[in-house]
Amino acid sequence: MAAQLLQLVFSGLTSGAIYALAGLGFAIIYNASNVINFAQGEFIMIGGMAAATLVAAGMPLPLAALVAVAGTMLVGMVLEKLAVEPAREAGTMAIIIITIGASILLRGLAQLAWGKGFHTLPAFSGERPLAVAGATLMPQSLWVLGVVVAVIVALWWFFSRTLFGKAMLATSYNRLAAELVGIGSRRVLLAAFALSALLGAVGGVVVTPITFANTDAGIMLGLKGFAAAVLGGLGSGLGAIVGGLIVGLVEALAAGTLSSAYKDAIAFVIILVVLIFMPQGLFGKKAVDRV
Amino acid sequence: MGKTIAAIAAGLALWSSVASAADPVSTAPIKIGSFLSVTGPASFLGEPEKKTLELTVDRINRDGGVLGRKLELVIYDDGGVPEKAATFAKRLVQNDGVDLIIAGSATGTTMAAIKTIDAAEVPFISLAGGMDIVDPVKKWVFKTPHTDRMACEKVFADMKRRGLYKLALLSEDGGFGKSGRQQCVATAPSFGIDIAADEIYSPKDPDVTAQLTKIRGTAGVQAVLVFGFGQGPAVVTKNYRQLGIALPLYQSHGVASKEFIRLAGDAAEGVRLPAAGLVVANQLADSDPQKAVVAAFKVDYEKAFGGEVSTFPGHAFDALNLAVAAIKRAGGTDKAKVRDEIEKTTKFIGTAGVVTMSPTDHMGLTLDAFHLVEIRKSDWVILD
Amino acid sequence: MTKRSHRFGLLGLVAIIAMAPLGFPNAYFYDVATTAMIQAVVCVGLNLLIGYAGQISLGHAGFFALGAYGSAILTSRFGLPPLAALAASALAVVTLAFVLGRPILKLAGHTLAMATLGIGIIIHIVLKTESWLTGGPDGMSVDPFSVLGLTIDGDRAWYWVCGFLLALAVWLSCNLIDSPVGRALRAVHGSEVAAQVAGIDTGRTKLLVFVVSAVFASLMGGVFAHKNGFVTPDLASFFRSIELVTMVVLGGMASSFGAVAGAVILTLLPQFLAGFEDYEAVVLGAIMIGTMIFLPKGLLPSIKALARRRVRS
Repeated sequence: MAAQLLQLVFSGLTSGAIYALAGLGFAIIYNASNVINFAQGEFIMIGGMAAATLVAAGMPLPLAALVAVAGTMLVGMVLEKLAVEPAREAGTMAIIIITIGASILLRGLAQLAWGKGFHTLPAFSGERPLAVAGATLMPQSLWVLGVVVAVIVALWWFFSRTLFGKAMLATSYNRLAAELVGIGSRRVLLAAFALSALLGAVGGVVVTPITFANTDAGIMLGLKGFAAAVLGGLGSGLGAIVGGLIVGLVEALAAGTLSSAYKDAIAFVIILVVLIFMPQGLFGKKAVDRV
Repeated sequence: MGKTIAAIAAGLALWSSVASAADPVSTAPIKIGSFLSVTGPASFLGEPEKKTLELTVDRINRDGGVLGRKLELVIYDDGGVPEKAATFAKRLVQNDGVDLIIAGSATGTTMAAIKTIDAAEVPFISLAGGMDIVDPVKKWVFKTPHTDRMACEKVFADMKRRGLYKLALLSEDGGFGKSGRQQCVATAPSFGIDIAADEIYSPKDPDVTAQLTKIRGTAGVQAVLVFGFGQGPAVVTKNYRQLGIALPLYQSHGVASKEFIRLAGDAAEGVRLPAAGLVVANQLADSDPQKAVVAAFKVDYEKAFGGEVSTFPGHAFDALNLAVAAIKRAGGTDKAKVRDEIEKTTKFIGTAGVVTMSPTDHMGLTLDAFHLVEIRKSDWVILD
Repeated sequence: MTKRSHRFGLLGLVAIIAMAPLGFPNAYFYDVATTAMIQAVVCVGLNLLIGYAGQISLGHAGFFALGAYGSAILTSRFGLPPLAALAASALAVVTLAFVLGRPILKLAGHTLAMATLGIGIIIHIVLKTESWLTGGPDGMSVDPFSVLGLTIDGDRAWYWVCGFLLALAVWLSCNLIDSPVGRALRAVHGSEVAAQVAGIDTGRTKLLVFVVSAVFASLMGGVFAHKNGFVTPDLASFFRSIELVTMVVLGGMASSFGAVAGAVILTLLPQFLAGFEDYEAVVLGAIMIGTMIFLPKGLLPSIKALARRRVRS
C-alpha cells in the first residue's frame, strides 16, 4: 500500500514539475505586465519539438538542447515585439485574445514546419528504472526534478543578485515608480517573455523522452500550468512552483485511488475552487483596485 | 450598413467559389467525395488515407479509368471535428453532386455525417472502426476496417488459449478507446473472461503510472489489454516496463504500425496485438490469399511516400477498389445499383482481409482477417 | 449606437435574411447560412458580456453544448417534447451560470476568463466521460424537432426558423442596450468604481448579463442539436469557445450587428479555406492578433469610424 502511494507520488511529482515550470513562465510574464500569456504551453512544445528534430537530424543532444532553447527564446521575443507590445495599452482582454491567437498561430506554424507526427528524444541517462522503497523511478524523472530545482535556484539568484533581475522585480511591484527611476518597462517585458520561453523550452526538452513531442502537446500543458499559477496566486513565483506540484500530485493520487476517467478535469476543478473561495491563490497578494 | 455590405460580399464570393466546383452539365467523370481528418488529432489516419486515395485514383485514371470514365476526387478536411464532417458531407451530396462517398477517418466524424448521406441516398463507405457504423445495419453505409469487437475477440481467443481469464483493461478516453472498451466489456463473458480492472487514460497524459499502479494492485490480474492509438499506448508500454509488470501485455489494432515500435522502443518486446495482413505483408506465407495484394500495395505506397505502411491507408485502398469493382458490376453510377453491388461483394481480396458482404453484414470481414502477432526484436511475428 | 441606427440595422438584417436565399443554388448553402445564424445568435449574447460589460468568457461553448446535450438527452432518452427539453436545459444553464457567476463576477476582470475556462473544459470532459448518458466521445443522435405535431425538417425550414430567431435575438439585445440596464452596462464597462458611486449594483448587472448570454448559447445549442440530428462533446471544446470570442471581437464589440458579421465571416472562412486546411490555424491566429492590434474595436465599428471620418472631411 505504501509502495503504491509512493509510486503515485513519484508520478505526480514528475508531471507536477513540468506544470511548475509552465506556471513559473506565466507568473514571470504576469509580474512584468499583468499579461496572461496563453502561448506558454507552445514554448514547451517548440522546445521539445526543436530538440527532437535536431537530434533526429544528427545533432548531439546537448547542442540540440541549447539550440532549441535559444530558438524558443527568440520566438518568445518576436512574439512580444510583434504581438504584445503594439497592444500594450489595449487592456487585459485584448492581450488575452492576442496571446490565445498567438498560441493558435504558433501551433499552426509548428505543424507546417514539423508535420503532425510524434518525435522522441533518447532518455538522458538511460531507461533502467531505479527501485526506491518498493516503487520505481525513471532516471528521466530525476532529470526533470533536478532541472526544475536548478532552474529555480538560477532564477532566485537572477532576481535577487543581478541588477536586471532586481529591475524586473521592481517593475512588478510598481511599474510607474520603476520607470521613474529609469527602468525601461519595455525591455523588462521583452526579458520576461524571453525568460518564460527559456523556462518552457527547458521543460519541453527534459520531458520529451518521457512523453514524446508533438505539435499538439502544448495545449494541455499550458492550461495545467495556468491552473498551477492560479492556484499559487497569479504573480507569485513560489506559488506557481508549489501550485504545479500540488496539481500534479492531486492528479496522480486521484487517478490512482479514485477515478482515472476524470484525471484531466482535476486541474480545472482546482481553478474553479480556488477562484471561488480563495481568489488570490495560496501566496498571492490581495488585489487592490486603483481608481 | 457595414453589415449589409460585408454579408453580400461574403455571400457572392462563397457562391461563386463553391458553385464553380459543382459540375452541372457534364456527367463524364465519376465523382468520389471524401471528408477525412487530414489535420487534427486523427491526422495520422487522415493524411495517409488522402494520399492513398489520390495515388490510387491517379493510377486508375492512367490505366483508362472506370467504364471509360475518369475518376474525380473531391476531398475535404474535417480536422477531426464531427460537426465539420457533417457540413462537408452536405456539401458533397448537395453542392458537389458526388456519386459515391469514401470518407470518415474516425467513428465520430462518420456518425455525424450518416444522417445527411442516408437522406441523400448516396453509397457511403466509411474508413472508421466503430461497431456502431454497421450495427445496426444502415442501408447506404458500409465500412472497410475491422471492427473493434473483432479486435477484442481476437485478443480474448489468444488469452483463452494461454489459460488467462482475469483481464485488466486500460482504455483511452477518445472515441476509439471508449468504443473498444464497450465492445470488450460486452464480449468478455462469452470467452469466460472476467474484467477485474477497468482504467482510463488520456492520450495527453505525460505518464500513466498512476493507472498502472492501480492495475498492479488489483488482485488476480493475469493480463492487461490496452485500447488506444497514437502515442498514448507507447507511453503506457514504457511505463508498464518501468513498473516491472511481468504480466502479458496486449494492445489493440490501433497500434499495428512500426510507428508504435519506434516510439515504445525496447518496451514493445513481447507485446501481442491483432494486425491486418497489410501490416505483416513480409511475414505472410506465399500461399496466403492476401499476399499478392498486400505486398504490391506495400511496395507502391512506400515507394511513393517513403516510411513504412500501416493499416490505415490500406482501408482507403480497399474502399476505393471495392467501390470501383461495384461500379463496374453495376455498369454505371446509378446510386441504388452501385449500393446493391457493394452489398453483393464476394471474396474481395483487400489489404484488411477477404471481404464478403451481405444485407446483414456491411463490413464483410471475419475474425481470421486479423492475425495475432507478437513484437519480437522490433518486428512482427505471426502467431496464428 | 442610437435607437434609429438600431432600427435601420435591424431592417437591413431582416432584408438580408429574406433575400439571401435567392442566391442559394442548393440546400448546402441553406445549411451553411443556418449554421452561421445559429453562431450569430450566440455571439450576440456573448457580445453583451464582452462588448458591453467588458468581461470575457472563455467557456461559452460549454453552455452551448449543455443546451445541445440537454435537448438531445431529454428528448431521445427521456421522451420529453422538444420545447420542454429546450426550456429545461435553459433553466439548468441559468442556474449554473447564476451559481458560478455570483462569486466570480465580484473579482477582477480576468478572473471570469479563468473561471469560465475551467467550466468549459470540465463540461467537455464530463460530456466525453459519462457515455451512458451522453454517448461518449462519439456523440449521440438527436430526434427531430416537433411541436404540436409539426416537425421542422429540411435545410430550408431550419433556415427560416433560425433567421427568425436571429432577428428576434438582435431586436432583444438592441432593446436591452437601449434600456436602463443597458446604460448601466456601459457605465460598468467604462469604470466599475464610478458606476458603483453612481448607485449601480455592478455585481448584479454583470451577473444578469452573464446569465443572459449563457441562456442565448444554451437555447441555440438545443436548436443546433435538432437541426443537425447529432451532437458530440466537441461542441464544448476550448477551441470552440475561442472561436466564439474571436467572432465577437472580430466583428465588433459593443455592436450586435458586429457580432453577427463576425459570426458570418468566421463560419464561412473554413468553407473558403477548403483545400488549405493546413493554413487554417495560422489564418485564424493571425486574424485574432491582427484584429486586436489594428482594429481593436472590431471590424464594423472601425468601418463605421472610417466612414464617419470620410463624411466629415
